[in-house]
Amino acid sequence: MKAHLSRRYRFSASHRLHSRDMSASENQSTYGKCNNPHGHGHNYTVEVTVSGPVDESTGMVCNLADLDRFIDKEVLARYDLENLNTLQEFARQVPTTENLCITIYELVQRGFTQAHLERVRIEETMMNSFEYSGDNLPRF
Amino acid sequence: MLYLTRKAEFSASHYYHNPEFTPEENRRIFGKCNNPNGHGHNYTLEVTVKGEVDPRSGFVVDLKQLKEIMHREVLDAMDHRFLNKEVPEFLHRIPTTENLAIIVWRRLAAKLQSAMLHRVRVYETPDLFVDFYGES
Repeated sequence: MKAHLSRRYRFSASHRLHSRDMSASENQSTYGKCNNPHGHGHNYTVEVTVSGPVDESTGMVCNLADLDRFIDKEVLARYDLENLNTLQEFARQVPTTENLCITIYELVQRGFTQAHLERVRIEETMMNSFEYSGDNLPRF
Repeated sequence: MLYLTRKAEFSASHYYHNPEFTPEENRRIFGKCNNPNGHGHNYTLEVTVKGEVDPRSGFVVDLKQLKEIMHREVLDAMDHRFLNKEVPEFLHRIPTTENLAIIVWRRLAAKLQSAMLHRVRVYETPDLFVDFYGES
């Protein structure tokens, strides 16, 4: 019997939206206040949804402690209280929440094998959220 | 097709234990949730039904009827109860959030006539929830 399990995690980080491929005025008009050279921060909420058959002996899709441990180690420890622009994965791509969502999805998909990853959803603020369920298309 | 979601809240206690596991296995797998005296949660239930809008009533489902069924089948049976001991389905099944979503689905699906159940979502806490879309 297949069920979806979702867990929400929080981290805080700063970023600046700025593309090397755009002129200063293009960056300004595209990103507005998010282009402020000193950056700014958010309290992000990451919602991870995994799915799978409910194990009859445990009643679980996967052990929550394993998922928590993985996300703590691989996601929260990596991003919490960091400046996203300084991280390797954002050296060449703009740390929009779209890109952050794809990056975290790929990280979880590669490393967490106890259940199928359905979706990663990130709330950047209470008003903005982004979700990614993977695709087979080339990203660039 | 239109989707309608109704929320409800209930509070209950539970613990996780499989009699086929050794005490050590139970503690290792279920951690603090294995405490035999139980612990509690404020659960939020979201029931989503789907259907076409009836041209005469403008309804997908009679919300009053849905609310009554949710109350009778779920809240009356589970609110302020110890799930392991007071809900028959959990006498021999571990009341994890996954199983709770499945049992709520079964209880509602047996009683809902016209509306088609689409999803049962059970929040154990605001940061942990399970979705169940049916048996198939």
